[in-house]
Amino acid sequence: MPNPLVEYALRLADDALILGHRLSEWSGRAPMLEEELALANIALDLIGEARLLYQHAGAVEGAGRDEDMLAYLRDAPEFRNLLLVEQPNGDFAVTIARQLFFSAFMVPFWRALGGSREPSLAAIGAKAEKEAAYHRRHAAEWLIRLGDGTAESSGRAQEAVDELWIYTGEMFEMDLVEQQLAACGAAVDRAALRPEWDRSVSDILAQATLRRPEDGWMQSGGRGGRHSEHLGHLLAEMQFLQRAYPGASW
Amino acid sequence: MSEAKMPLWEVFIRARGGLAHRHCGSLHAADAEMALQAARDVYTRRGEGVSLWVVPAAAITASDPADEGPLFEPALSKIYRHPTFYDVPDEVGHM
Repeated sequence: MPNPLVEYALRLADDALILGHRLSEWSGRAPMLEEELALANIALDLIGEARLLYQHAGAVEGAGRDEDMLAYLRDAPEFRNLLLVEQPNGDFAVTIARQLFFSAFMVPFWRALGGSREPSLAAIGAKAEKEAAYHRRHAAEWLIRLGDGTAESSGRAQEAVDELWIYTGEMFEMDLVEQQLAACGAAVDRAALRPEWDRSVSDILAQATLRRPEDGWMQSGGRGGRHSEHLGHLLAEMQFLQRAYPGASW
Repeated sequence: MSEAKMPLWEVFIRARGGLAHRHCGSLHAADAEMALQAARDVYTRRGEGVSLWVVPAAAITASDPADEGPLFEPALSKIYRHPTFYDVPDEVGHM
């Protein structure tokens, strides 16, 4: 059994890195210049969070793995990210819905982590909360305009929300690792964040005149390394350079 | 992207408290909130400011370049309006 604090930091780091990489895939392809920069900014916030968490994980683990090794030299089954964040960008509505679901969760999550008894995690939480607050605002304003926009944008936004809904349940899962860490004040009780997430997401969907999907069966498995087929393709591209030229730098 | 749906906005940044907002560029956005976000994303990535204004470019009334002569040339011959003809006492220090 790996150190629970390492496992916890890796989960959070992998969430941030994989979503950050997904957003970076929009570079050069965004619908307009302004949005190109907005998505890249959010990607860089997330990758910055991932770096801090990987550095923390590597330091706690004490096995000589640095942030690059953790990001670039693990295979898909070793990644611990949520299935939500590895889902492909789809159209712009899918990217925005994914971002809203995740950041609406991360705002209260980071705020709660800011009170962690682990000083490094608390510091990361305090920094990341402000970033997530902007990510949520950006995604919410877009989703409201897409949902309450034209027939086509509204249809696409509803499809995106419906398609991604089954990946939202995993954010609130608490397994033994996180339960124990939460019990000693190091980790956040994810289940307790449900009311705030429900409230903010429902409010934004209502403003967007979108239908909130029924809560049914939810996808799960990312924390155990059971990923969708999309993650392998993402890693193949993201890790190519370090795999082909180990230790390369510029 | 039609100009009507994505009008042009002018962006002004206050670099820090006490300074005036200064024009820094323009962008396209559907409405004021989206313009504000885009301004944040496009123009404040390197810590350029602490406050933003976005103004619909259509709301700006500009002088006609053809009026440059009547509007601005008369001021050029009145150099006495510059405070360079006064001896500033040393005690005043830096002004």
